[in-house]
Amino acid sequence: MRILLVDDEKEFVSTLAERLSLRDIEADWVTSAREAEQIIDTRHYDLVVLDVKMPHMGGRQLRQILEKKQPGIKTIYVTGHGSEEDYKAGSAEAAYYLMKPININDLIDKIKTALAT
Amino acid sequence: MSISFKLFKPSFLWAAKPSDDPLQKHIVSYGRLWRSAVMLTALSAILPLFAITWIDYNVSRKAVLSETMERTSRTVSNTRRTISGFLAERKSALDFIVHDNMIEDLMDPLRLAVILENLQKAFGGVTDIGVIDATGRQVAYIGPYYLEGKDYSGQKWFRKVIEKGIFVSDVFLGFRNEPHLVIAVKYDLPDGTFYVLRTSVDTDQLNDLLSNLELSAHGNAFIINGQGILQTTAANREKNFEKITIPVPPFSSKTEVFQYDEPGKETLIVGYAYIPDTPFILMIAKNKSDLMKVWHKTRLQIFLFLSGGILIVMVGVIGFATYFVNNIYLADQRRIKTLHQVEYANKLASIGRLAAGVAHEINNPLAIINEKSGLIKDIFLLKQQYAHDEKLIGLVDSIHDSVARCGAITRQLLSFARHMDSSFQPVDLEKVIQGVIGFLSKEAEYRNIAVSVHVSPDIPQFESDLGKLQQILLNLVNNAFAALAEGGRLDISALKYNDTHIRIIVADNGCGIPAKDLKQIFEPFFSTKTNAGGTGLGLSITYSLVQELGGAIDVASEPGIGTTFTITLPRAIGKNLQPKH
Repeated sequence: MRILLVDDEKEFVSTLAERLSLRDIEADWVTSAREAEQIIDTRHYDLVVLDVKMPHMGGRQLRQILEKKQPGIKTIYVTGHGSEEDYKAGSAEAAYYLMKPININDLIDKIKTALAT
Repeated sequence: MSISFKLFKPSFLWAAKPSDDPLQKHIVSYGRLWRSAVMLTALSAILPLFAITWIDYNVSRKAVLSETMERTSRTVSNTRRTISGFLAERKSALDFIVHDNMIEDLMDPLRLAVILENLQKAFGGVTDIGVIDATGRQVAYIGPYYLEGKDYSGQKWFRKVIEKGIFVSDVFLGFRNEPHLVIAVKYDLPDGTFYVLRTSVDTDQLNDLLSNLELSAHGNAFIINGQGILQTTAANREKNFEKITIPVPPFSSKTEVFQYDEPGKETLIVGYAYIPDTPFILMIAKNKSDLMKVWHKTRLQIFLFLSGGILIVMVGVIGFATYFVNNIYLADQRRIKTLHQVEYANKLASIGRLAAGVAHEINNPLAIINEKSGLIKDIFLLKQQYAHDEKLIGLVDSIHDSVARCGAITRQLLSFARHMDSSFQPVDLEKVIQGVIGFLSKEAEYRNIAVSVHVSPDIPQFESDLGKLQQILLNLVNNAFAALAEGGRLDISALKYNDTHIRIIVADNGCGIPAKDLKQIFEPFFSTKTNAGGTGLGLSITYSLVQELGGAIDVASEPGIGTTFTITLPRAIGKNLQPKH
């Protein structure tokens, strides 16, 4: 199980990755959509955790690109804001939609359920 | 409820003066508008009424006056004929005597005495008779005085009788000290000389004649001579032989009537006629105000008509002005209310946007704190040297809890902002109510207010505008909190009302609302908390929000016991009731 975390907040995403790896979940992290596109060409990921709002390219747009590159990849959105529209669309296309600040156990639960389906 | 009330009481009269409320400064003064409307319409209706009444008044007054004068003139004319007849009878009698008797017979005292007796029998009031020759000496006389031989040649009347052939004197007292007049007839003898037959007639009969006239309006009939000296008695006037105050009117061959303002007394209507071949002027003076009494009745009718007309016009004018100004007032109030609602909605929207921005900005650092503290905890748990350090774990846990609380707040803020835009969606009523109470839960805790929520399980699937519903509930709960004292109680319950409607009841046991305020609480700018920063808009916005949701709001309150707001909402909003956005 290999997971990619994409969030423009480096402190957040790096810490989250570290905590996941402490729980035996292999997690890589990048802080922009461009890096995510690059890294996905080099490795296989079972699931991506995307921030909905990032500079240059948001999580929803990024998801479409990643889906093309790795069809069947699972997605979990996290956001500090999230409008109603984002929420509805996000819940429809992604497995889960989590509001920051997130509970790590919640996240792990969602990851497990998402990968199980 | 308040609508029907407004129909009967013009609410603009009770409205705050424009200057009292800075929000209404641009609004015109309804009192002044009302006054000018009343004045203008009343003026345009009453002025013609006044004009017509004035014309009618004058026309009928003139008619009555001229009729009165006409009547006086007729009386004068008739009386003149009577007086003339009276004098003419006596003149004719004397004329007959001088023609019927030879001068010699008349000189005979016995014969003269018979003539006097016959005259006395025929006419009465004839006191003496005498014969005067051409030299002016009274050659024969029968009467109570010894006037035989008296020389009249120097006297005016004698000269007049020579000149005119017949003479009627002024009334005078004479030797007898009795008012009487003298009638003298000249008879030309064949030899070129003449003699005069003279007789005295007392004026009792004349007085009787005049006083027996039936005159209305304290009328007086009397005779004056050419100098204005009163010749007969006149009740309520000057004494005999005094000059009357009424000036001697100019000669006229006809009967004339004029008005005379007697100094210090009332206006008189005076009719007069010169009695031909005598120095007499017959005069009838009547009190004008008495004569016009008939007119007073007409005048009263005119005034009653005018007052009635004015009354009807004023009632109509005031009614209409009140109705229209009140409608303008109500329209203005609606406009202000809408304006304020828009302003308020805009304000809320910007607050929402601001809150959302803040929440978003805080969420990111919050997430970092969360993860960092989470990592610390993870490390503690993994490393044996910290794993059992309860204090450190406790510290980290409390950071976690605080982060979770902050997260809950920002989430609430975000969801509040999210619902600023109107949209209809399925609503979980319990969640909404809890969410609203969540805003005030700290205050409730501090003030020891017990809040209970009962959402009936049979409540049907329910669709509404979440944001508006939140705002309605928030306003009501806020109001309830303002009314509640420490240790008060707030019950919010939701239940199924019928197949199409649900009902939400917000009940507190606070200070309550006095009955006189109760019907006004939904009106904009009605506030009892103006000094404490109330805008008077909260409940009016609540009211219109409920209406936008297609529902109804009702209030019941008893001072000291509490207030209950009942909101009835449709389960789903029909397309035609979609709020305008």
